[in-house]
Amino acid sequence: MADLSTNFIGIKSPNPFWLASAPPTDKAYNVERAFEAGWGGVVWKTLGEAGPPVVNVNGPRYGAIWGPDRRLLGLNNIELITDRDLEVNLREIAEVKKRWPDRAMIVSIMVPCEEASWKAILPRVEDTGADGIELNFGCPHGMSERGMGSAVGQVPEYIQMVAEWCKQYCRLPVIVKLTPNITDIRYPARAAKAGGADAVSLINTISSIVSVDLDNFAPMPTIDGKGSHGGYCGPAVKPIALNMVAEIARDTETRGLPISGIGGVQTWRDAAEFIALGCGTVQVCTAAMTYGFKIVEEMAQGLSDWMDEKGYATIADFQGRAAPNVTDWQYLNLNYVTKAKIDQDLCIKCGRCHIACEDTSHQAITSMVDGVRHFEVMDDECVGCNLCVNVCPVDDCITMVEMTEGTDPRTGREIDPDYANWTSHPNNPMAKQAAE
Amino acid sequence: MTTVSDASDVKSRRLSDADYADNFSDVHPPLTPHEALVEADRCYFCYDAPCMTACPTSIDIPMFIRKIQAGNPVGSAKTIFDENIMGGMCARVCPTETLCEEACVREAAEGKPVKIGLLQRHATDTFMEREQPHPFERAAPTGKKVAVVGAGPAGLSCAHGLAVHGHDVTVFEAREKSGGLNEFGIAAYKTTNDFAQDEVDFILQIGGITIEHGKALGRDVTLDQLAADYDAVFLGLGLPGVNALGLEGENARGVIDAVDFIGVLRQSEDLSALEVGRRVVVIGGGMTAIDAAIQSKLLGAEEVTIAYRRGQEHMNASLYEQELAQTNGVVIRHWMMPKALEVSDGAVSGVTLEKTMLNGDGKLAGTGEEVTLQADQVFKAIGQTPDAGPISGIDLEKGRIRTDDHRRTSHAKIWAGGDCIAGGEDLTVVSVEDGKIAARSIHQALMG
Repeated sequence: MADLSTNFIGIKSPNPFWLASAPPTDKAYNVERAFEAGWGGVVWKTLGEAGPPVVNVNGPRYGAIWGPDRRLLGLNNIELITDRDLEVNLREIAEVKKRWPDRAMIVSIMVPCEEASWKAILPRVEDTGADGIELNFGCPHGMSERGMGSAVGQVPEYIQMVAEWCKQYCRLPVIVKLTPNITDIRYPARAAKAGGADAVSLINTISSIVSVDLDNFAPMPTIDGKGSHGGYCGPAVKPIALNMVAEIARDTETRGLPISGIGGVQTWRDAAEFIALGCGTVQVCTAAMTYGFKIVEEMAQGLSDWMDEKGYATIADFQGRAAPNVTDWQYLNLNYVTKAKIDQDLCIKCGRCHIACEDTSHQAITSMVDGVRHFEVMDDECVGCNLCVNVCPVDDCITMVEMTEGTDPRTGREIDPDYANWTSHPNNPMAKQAAE
Repeated sequence: MTTVSDASDVKSRRLSDADYADNFSDVHPPLTPHEALVEADRCYFCYDAPCMTACPTSIDIPMFIRKIQAGNPVGSAKTIFDENIMGGMCARVCPTETLCEEACVREAAEGKPVKIGLLQRHATDTFMEREQPHPFERAAPTGKKVAVVGAGPAGLSCAHGLAVHGHDVTVFEAREKSGGLNEFGIAAYKTTNDFAQDEVDFILQIGGITIEHGKALGRDVTLDQLAADYDAVFLGLGLPGVNALGLEGENARGVIDAVDFIGVLRQSEDLSALEVGRRVVVIGGGMTAIDAAIQSKLLGAEEVTIAYRRGQEHMNASLYEQELAQTNGVVIRHWMMPKALEVSDGAVSGVTLEKTMLNGDGKLAGTGEEVTLQADQVFKAIGQTPDAGPISGIDLEKGRIRTDDHRRTSHAKIWAGGDCIAGGEDLTVVSVEDGKIAARSIHQALMG
């Protein structure tokens, strides 16, 4: 049995599955249910400063997009940080941590961007016995209008400044949660590191309007005829999250900075992918909000089974293994040639590969051969784009096969076994001469 | 010990009212809107879709399914009606398992085709429930008059197509009700709630169509007269005759044409009043045999047997329909041909069947081995026949009207379609297509 335990910036948890700061972690009742179900840790829903708590709308807070059979693919919310009293939250955090000492208890915090505010709340949080803090610089709705959340996360200087305060006034490890609502994720990550943060977590939700009500002409969810952009999350955002994680993992300035991966984690496989790109833990919200806490069983067992199968004894054994393989386009091997191949025994003759290729790509797949409905790749037209593989409804029916020798019938060029990329390509006006 | 000479046991009210209602409810309940969305999502939107090719009316199936999936069931129905104005009935009665659904690539992939028939019903039912305006607009009147004989699927389809083009159509129908086999010949549980008449009303909404009921060709109107009075004539006569067994005792009480039985059942206001035998034998292997057998069982017959003279693979009824009969408790016995009707006191009491085989030449032959089945009713369902009487003067082929690809007969002013023409498959959907093709051809001929 693989060992799933993690030690993330000194915070230990029995498995890498944490619940992200969100409604599922807003109070002791939910968090204890999560721990009973087997979650390795939680990031307690974001605390605000002392005094009257924030208020939420009393109409719908969520909107969604669905796939077949109403499978939820993307969730959008306009909920704010905790609307419960600070004292109640702090008391419950302390109680739960005491009862569940082996689980990671991280507390998310969002207070105004003033030193005094942070200085006031940090010791209170530290007193709960929590294992770490996460700075919510990500929330894209509501709080950002008040100069908090993503309004901070979009300004690297603020990130650095607040991170420094936290390191100064608090002994707990500091995780900076990043917003994806920026143009280049590396800048806020670098700022967090410069401010002394121990880790970053990402992504927070993406600014979104999930749909428009065509009867009332208002965005959904609609509050009395109006709507506001929300934060988008769930399986639909995973590709964006993976890319941002990879950007930080391979940036020369932030390489090695611990990352807690967030964004569309639904299954063990999603988690393994985040970890392979360098994450030490993953955080989950939408999957739990869709299916309940029990999913962690599938995640933990699935990850363990896969690690056993692959011979990885610990998370560290495969953590970050995919990061070095993320590169810039200019370094991709232009001598690598593939052709699509259709397995005629598996083909059900739906013709989607043909029409996709015919209408929108390279006219490289037949629809009729000798008067019979037949779909076959014409190697002399196939650029190896993979579109047909992606639109084919049958698993493994179309595969990309590498040409390792002979001549590419499309280009008429010999297959070159050597690596060559754009930087030295004759068509590149900026091409560098080969050094050797 | 019971004997063959026992008084025949034919009676009504074999079941409770609740049983009648239950037995004759929709055989395939319609999809709920959510079920329709889930099923629509299964469609791959194939290129040059095989289902479309398999549909006799060439409905753009991937497009109508995509419209359901995109939340536009009314638009979906329009796509269906574009090619098949009886898309609602065809969704109920088409043997989809041998047409579109057999061709569905998911049948090849996993043995579970997209439920095209039920999706088509979802779209067309939604359209009709929402009382949408008629999906076609009638062109300006052309002043041309066309006579259509028969208000069945072929005749109505043709009449609608002609009316759309602005021609004035008069339909002559021998019965007092329109719909043809949709109204008189299809099992009740396939078309509940008077759907056939609703569909007729829907078709007539186009305007320009007058139906004259109680007007039979050869009795009330003649072909020559129609050809003289109208610019064109379309014959959708169906098959008015029924094949006889050719056995003694065929006129005995309890020996019944299955077609009549089904027609009476369809017109019945009170199913419990219908008489049915305790033991029923149906002779035949087509859809009529299946419909008669299942409905006998649903009326409360205890033992229902279909006797067919060839093997299962030769039956005209689809495998699906055969299974439907079997799950309703009907026994299907193959390789048996009727040899004699047992009659006692003027009523049938049984049927003697001879076992059959294919001889060396592949021809059907009796083996000499006989078996007698006791029966209170024997239904004849061994095929229907055309009536050539009123159509003398136009060319026939094996007793049915010969037409060209445009459904034009040997007479330049007369077109024909549906079961009365040669080479068809005797399916509602094929009749609709015949009517559609003929209407186009007539329009072209009239407008030059």
